[in-house]
Amino acid sequence: MDQLVAELRSALSADRVRVESLELALYAKDASTLHGGAAIVCFPLDTAEVQACVRLAVAHGHPFMPRGSGTGLAGGAVPLCAPVVIATTKMDRVLEVSPEHRYAWVQPGVLNLDLSRAVARHGLHFAPDPSSQQSCSIGGNVANNSGGPHCLAYGVTSSHVLAVEVVLPDATVVELGAIGGDPGGFDLRGAFVGGEGTLGVATRIAVRLTQNPPAVRTLLLDFERLADGAVTVSAIIAAGLVPAAIEMMDANTIKAVEPFVGAGLPLDAAAVLLVEVDGLPHAVDAAVATVQEIGERCGARTVQVARDDTERAAWWKARKSAFGAVARLQPDYYLHDTVVPRARLVEVLEQVCEIAARHEVMVLNVFHAGDGNLHPLLAYDARVPGAVERVHAAGEEIVRASVAAGGVLSGEHGIGLEKRDLMPLQFSEVDLELQDRFRRAWDPLGVANPGKVLPRGASCAEVMSLGRVPEGVWI
Amino acid sequence: MDLNDRLMAFAGDVGPGGPVWCAGGGTHAPVPTGPREVRAPAGITWLAAEEMTCRCGAGTTVAELRAATAAVGMRVHLPMVSDATTVGGAIAVGHGSITQLLHGPPREALLQATVVTSAGQLATVGGPTVKNVTGYDLCRLLAGSWGTVGPIADVILRMKPVPACERWYATASDRLDPFDAFARLYRPAAVLWDGVNTWIGLEGHPDDVAEQAAAVGLGLGDEVDGPPPIPAGGRVSVAPAAVRAQLEQFPAGDAVAEIGVGVVHQQAAAAPVPLPPGVALLQRRIKEALDPSGRFNPGVEAVAGWAS
Repeated sequence: MDQLVAELRSALSADRVRVESLELALYAKDASTLHGGAAIVCFPLDTAEVQACVRLAVAHGHPFMPRGSGTGLAGGAVPLCAPVVIATTKMDRVLEVSPEHRYAWVQPGVLNLDLSRAVARHGLHFAPDPSSQQSCSIGGNVANNSGGPHCLAYGVTSSHVLAVEVVLPDATVVELGAIGGDPGGFDLRGAFVGGEGTLGVATRIAVRLTQNPPAVRTLLLDFERLADGAVTVSAIIAAGLVPAAIEMMDANTIKAVEPFVGAGLPLDAAAVLLVEVDGLPHAVDAAVATVQEIGERCGARTVQVARDDTERAAWWKARKSAFGAVARLQPDYYLHDTVVPRARLVEVLEQVCEIAARHEVMVLNVFHAGDGNLHPLLAYDARVPGAVERVHAAGEEIVRASVAAGGVLSGEHGIGLEKRDLMPLQFSEVDLELQDRFRRAWDPLGVANPGKVLPRGASCAEVMSLGRVPEGVWI
Repeated sequence: MDLNDRLMAFAGDVGPGGPVWCAGGGTHAPVPTGPREVRAPAGITWLAAEEMTCRCGAGTTVAELRAATAAVGMRVHLPMVSDATTVGGAIAVGHGSITQLLHGPPREALLQATVVTSAGQLATVGGPTVKNVTGYDLCRLLAGSWGTVGPIADVILRMKPVPACERWYATASDRLDPFDAFARLYRPAAVLWDGVNTWIGLEGHPDDVAEQAAAVGLGLGDEVDGPPPIPAGGRVSVAPAAVRAQLEQFPAGDAVAEIGVGVVHQQAAAAPVPLPPGVALLQRRIKEALDPSGRFNPGVEAVAGWAS
């Protein structure tokens, strides 16, 4: 280990290779409830230094794990098997912006919202907008194929990555994709996105920049019954309208958020829908009228259109602050992420509430209703005996119910460590074998973020020639 | 036969060994002698407009799918080279249609696929919902793989609403520079240029379409029935900044460039572009992992233009 540390410090610098116990403890976690253990944490500045980290880690018998901002919720950045953590936070430069051709090259540590701010003066933005966008990184967005409220109309990260430079697990560097046209061969760029750090480390990313819409209008609909809100969502889509975003918040969420944000959300509503339409002015006007008509027809108690940017911003602040506002109710929460067909939204939401009640856990529902992406938030106090166990049990039932309803395990957060062992709910042995072969083609030795995504090959003993499982590692 | 029976029958046709050629509409690659020809099931399984998804056999023609989805006010954005183009073929080739500037290439439409593995078993990649990050995105791998990692049996696709209005305009490019049009228009469906003329495809609310056209100096007199004939000899991918120089290699009107996309369609066949060595090696490893004996569409690389 000392030799590895010395060589890493020689390749990077002494202050950017950390082994102190406090720092290792900080990097043992991400934003999930899981924790692991890192051997070393490195902070490279560029591609060459990332290559050195990968090469030296593997040469000394350690796996490696890329880490962005650590905002992931599925344990994708929880270090397993004592890896060398390659933290890309110092790779935070916007390298090139081409407003004319609407792309930018960025380093992986650039924060999502910072990128949009950097190109705002050109009338452009980076479309994927997860709720964590103030702190999540582009590299993390690539690893997780991140979404966000506006991906309903604009697509998830994969649709906005033109090319990516990757340090592969054998420390070679490749550039996948291209900023123009259809580069020949397999779409390895697309296949890399969403790989959760198990296929290599992204060191430069060419992102597509999206024109800011000329017109934006935001509506707030409130309902006396959650089911009416869900029906409204389906009716909007069935009418041939694809809003930029359709977000739902239930009564518990409204009660948590409104005192915090003061956005004017009705505290006695069973649910509210935040619907945003954008684009060219006539289409936006027509869409507003359509949403108003549908909302009223489907039982909305009130349908408001934001009077100005201030009100619009307040409503969005309420939506994007929901998770933080839970602290007003309980000190801990477990946020789930599944997708169900819109037609099954009502049914699955009822099941979620029943499951939560049966396990005596508070549930808040705040989610991307437009694409059926549920985020049941289980609020609890970990100090209460049995609370953690009840939350985990309820969470697993919710995931199972979602898949049983024709849905999928994850819409945004990824599989990581959290849902690794649930993959057989959605995929057969043959399906998983195919994915495993794909992964091993990128990483034959199993050194890139081991123990994530696929249930096979999860044992640290399968990683390199590791002699023992390090103390303190939790799998 | 129900869906499962049809899929199992196809897997049986592919079998556990021996070279096979999964034939689509034959629009890009004729079936060679040697490999056994197999054809994916055809037919639409379901259309769910309220989910914006549909499911069909990969052997379904794009023409049939277009007609069926139009009947429910929806469209799947896949290219149609001819009436024989199949859904599976369009996905396997992976080239975008002429409106890919707005709607993206075929990989954007593919949500889930059932494929036959090298062992002759059925496997599912992707998922049935419009949003899904469960496991590796092997749908992206399939699109543009020219059938070399596994024959596609059936697919679930993303549909989009048919726009209220779709119009094409054409004018001399010294009246409307295509790059200027691209800069000034908001999300056009297409901006095309043959060195002499500029074509603009616009979709959306009729009043917005008219106003967008007017904003770049186009009016009723500039409306045309559709895009120009697209040269079918070959297509070259270039960086956006290199499009003008690429087009200037040809006599005016002999090539058509997709502005904002970086594809130039030309009369002459395009020379194969070698993959960078590291990418070629990675592609080879993935191919060997998923098709160890090289039995799927052997020799298609030359047609695909993948120089080794």
